[in-house]
Amino acid sequence: MSSPTPDAAQAASHEIAVVVRRGLAKRYARERRFRLYGIGAVALGLAFLLLLFGTILGKGYSAFVQTYVQLEVELDPAVIDPDGLRAQDVLSRADYGGLVKAALRERFPEVSGRRDKRKLYGMVSSGAAFDLREMVMANPDLVGQRLTVWVPADDDVDMLVKGHIDRDLPEGDRRIDDKQLTWVDDWQAAGQVETRFNRILFTAGDSREPELSGIRGALMGSLYTLIVTLLLSFPVGVAAAVYLEEFAPKNRWTDLIEVNINNLAAVPSIIFGLLGLAVFLNFFGLPRSVPLVGGLVLTLMTLPTIIIAGRAALQSVPPSIREAALGVGASATQTVFHHVLPLALPGMLTGTIIGMARALGESAPLLMIGMVAFIVDVPQGINDPSTVLPVQIYLWADSPERAFVERTSAATLVLLAFLVTMNGLAVWLRSRLERQW
Amino acid sequence: MTPTLLIVVLLALGAMAYQFGKRRALAMAGPRGSALSLHSRPSYYGLFAALWCLLPALAVLVLWQGGETSVVTRLVIGELPAELRALPEDRLGLVINDIRNVATGQVLAGGQPPEIVAAAEHYLALQALSARAESVVVLLLAAGGLALGWRLVAPRLRARNHVEQFVRVVLIACSTFAVFTTVGIVLSVLFESIRFFQAVPPLEFLFGLEWSPQMAIRADQVGGSGAFGAVPIFVGTLLISAIAMAVAVPVGLMSAIYLSEFARPRVRSAVKPLLEILAGIPTVVYGFFAALTVAPFIRDSGSWLGLDVASESALAAGLVMGIMIIPFVSSLADDVIHAVPQSLRDGSLALGATRAETVQKVIFQAALPGIVGGILLAISRAIGETMIVVMAAGLAANLTLNPLDTVTTVTVQIVTLLVGDQEFDSPKTLAAFALGLVLFVVTLILNVIALHVVRKYREQYE
Repeated sequence: MSSPTPDAAQAASHEIAVVVRRGLAKRYARERRFRLYGIGAVALGLAFLLLLFGTILGKGYSAFVQTYVQLEVELDPAVIDPDGLRAQDVLSRADYGGLVKAALRERFPEVSGRRDKRKLYGMVSSGAAFDLREMVMANPDLVGQRLTVWVPADDDVDMLVKGHIDRDLPEGDRRIDDKQLTWVDDWQAAGQVETRFNRILFTAGDSREPELSGIRGALMGSLYTLIVTLLLSFPVGVAAAVYLEEFAPKNRWTDLIEVNINNLAAVPSIIFGLLGLAVFLNFFGLPRSVPLVGGLVLTLMTLPTIIIAGRAALQSVPPSIREAALGVGASATQTVFHHVLPLALPGMLTGTIIGMARALGESAPLLMIGMVAFIVDVPQGINDPSTVLPVQIYLWADSPERAFVERTSAATLVLLAFLVTMNGLAVWLRSRLERQW
Repeated sequence: MTPTLLIVVLLALGAMAYQFGKRRALAMAGPRGSALSLHSRPSYYGLFAALWCLLPALAVLVLWQGGETSVVTRLVIGELPAELRALPEDRLGLVINDIRNVATGQVLAGGQPPEIVAAAEHYLALQALSARAESVVVLLLAAGGLALGWRLVAPRLRARNHVEQFVRVVLIACSTFAVFTTVGIVLSVLFESIRFFQAVPPLEFLFGLEWSPQMAIRADQVGGSGAFGAVPIFVGTLLISAIAMAVAVPVGLMSAIYLSEFARPRVRSAVKPLLEILAGIPTVVYGFFAALTVAPFIRDSGSWLGLDVASESALAAGLVMGIMIIPFVSSLADDVIHAVPQSLRDGSLALGATRAETVQKVIFQAALPGIVGGILLAISRAIGETMIVVMAAGLAANLTLNPLDTVTTVTVQIVTLLVGDQEFDSPKTLAAFALGLVLFVVTLILNVIALHVVRKYREQYE
């Protein structure tokens, strides 16, 4: 087509226009479809989020209350304190479980036979005896009186009262049998069953009995672990970020460091657990299951995050600040520590809080260093064996009792609440303290 | 003196040294106002003196604390009766454990053999001696350092340069942590893996088709010989990761494209943080969700359809892992899509392309390397994910590609092999380190490639 006539050109462009128009409807339809895919993807993501929170909230909210049963206990002096001296060690060794059992027998005098009696005794938690003992130890004058006390119910009764056990199931499929059902009904008719706020959940350590287990031990373990992590990772992370961003020459060595940091941020967390096991436990001989080692492992894991955030914060400080400081005669070190670092600190803090939130939710490396043990006592320091909140969730999730499902969800809710708070704090700090240049 | 008290005393001495150094510098400068004749500002002289006071003392303190136990133990062993010393290594370890337990009062001395009690007393005496000696040496060093620092302070002294030099060294030391961590990881998994490969040939490990890591407790036990062929584990890992990517890549990519190219800014700023919540949820929560809700749901709907679904199916674990990775993929994709220059978008739209065509034919093509890099990072994440699979996937090492069956993964095996009581010379325990080595190497390769691709891609448009 060396020299097309105007007519031919017009015809050609007309043809193109026809082709374009013919395809237009199809292309618009495709556009709409593509947009719908996008909306679908976003909706799917949000639906997953909703489902996740909905499930956990739905399963967990009922763990914040606990069923209590009213008992009339005769604090028989002949059982508790036969000598009448009120000596503390005699009081502490008395058979309070027997008193609880006596109270139950008195409440349901018609129960006879060993098996039925044992079933009856199983209706209240074994913690009832401890409660009684504590009351008597605190106030020895109670001995000889007749007390009306509320004691925690067994987890199966708790589940029944909360409606998690289906009464219509055949007896064999229920954790609670027909006789026990009639007892609970009797209690309920007499107003001797009530649900209260579950204080045990927040004051107790782990336990084999669901109704006596709490997250306090795990919470304290998490706290000590995070303190160690923070104390180690924040100074080291800030120092590393300052060096790499402000002082480091551009050479092979600093390149290597940089590549290393970026890679470490993407190494699976369980590898850090293997490192902790091989180095801290086997090589240095540090004790297992303690927050100190957990904190060390999590420090190695969170440091890359903190360094990367710290460098970004330093980068956002305008060069004019440095030039001005250098211009009035400050040394390089003085410039950084007196002028640049204070301005970058809010950004670094934000990054650190986010790193800490991630460390709080981490469990895989802690499994490797033995923080999965069953530990009843609440840890008192960084050298006490303990577990952490996410690992506690993992442990409880493995337990078959229905009551532990509820507690697991509740522990998850507490963990999520902490994470939301920390992330919210980070967002707030960022909007409050970070300066726009 | 206990170490804590010693450190407090040292810090007090350091504060004193600071004051002395500062005062001396000012005094030597002469009358008031002539501080200008000093080389550095007075506080630097104080810091200089304090560093001299603290550093040598602290260094000795740390070394002493680190080495004390092993030196004392060796001395105690040296004093043991000859027949105890002649015991083999592991029995000797037990004896030393007994001695330590008696010495720390964890085991009552009564009922223990007399030579153990004597050794425990010896141990305690040595420890007390060591603690006293430590206090004396450390305090002497601190005092000596203080005196030296104090003497060195002079108006001509370049105190600031010395202090800044020290600060610089500390900064450099902190920045090398990443290198040491990497070296630590490599060494710790490598040494144990080498010990494992002495018992099990590497080829059998990498290509064997049977995995049952039991070791015989007694030699004559039936079925006691373990098999360490890791192929079923690798296949299981890949299967679950593939399911996860099949969920995460389309959803994550499409939501990133929609939010950055189609959605109005208000929708974007509302939805994006919501999706990012998914990234902040701990993996143990996902695992609980998978085991409690998703797996039973899949099993029930499978049996409703007449399919035989395992209660710990690969599908459940993979699905939930995919949900976890959605925000990871979408934020990486969002980053690379944003890096595509606006001019490309404008040019395509000006030629009459629809938005969808612009995305598919221009933006996607331009962003492809970055997106591939992001997906590689996501894969490495899926392979290394632990808690979801530990809680929702099984332990049985089935060699299958059926997503409804139970499979196991590398991370699950590491956790099951290492949690609980372990002895450190059985191949069962060491196998976990070999798996860790494989995991580390594979994820490292993926990460290096991905980070390189993403970096090159960013530079292209900067």
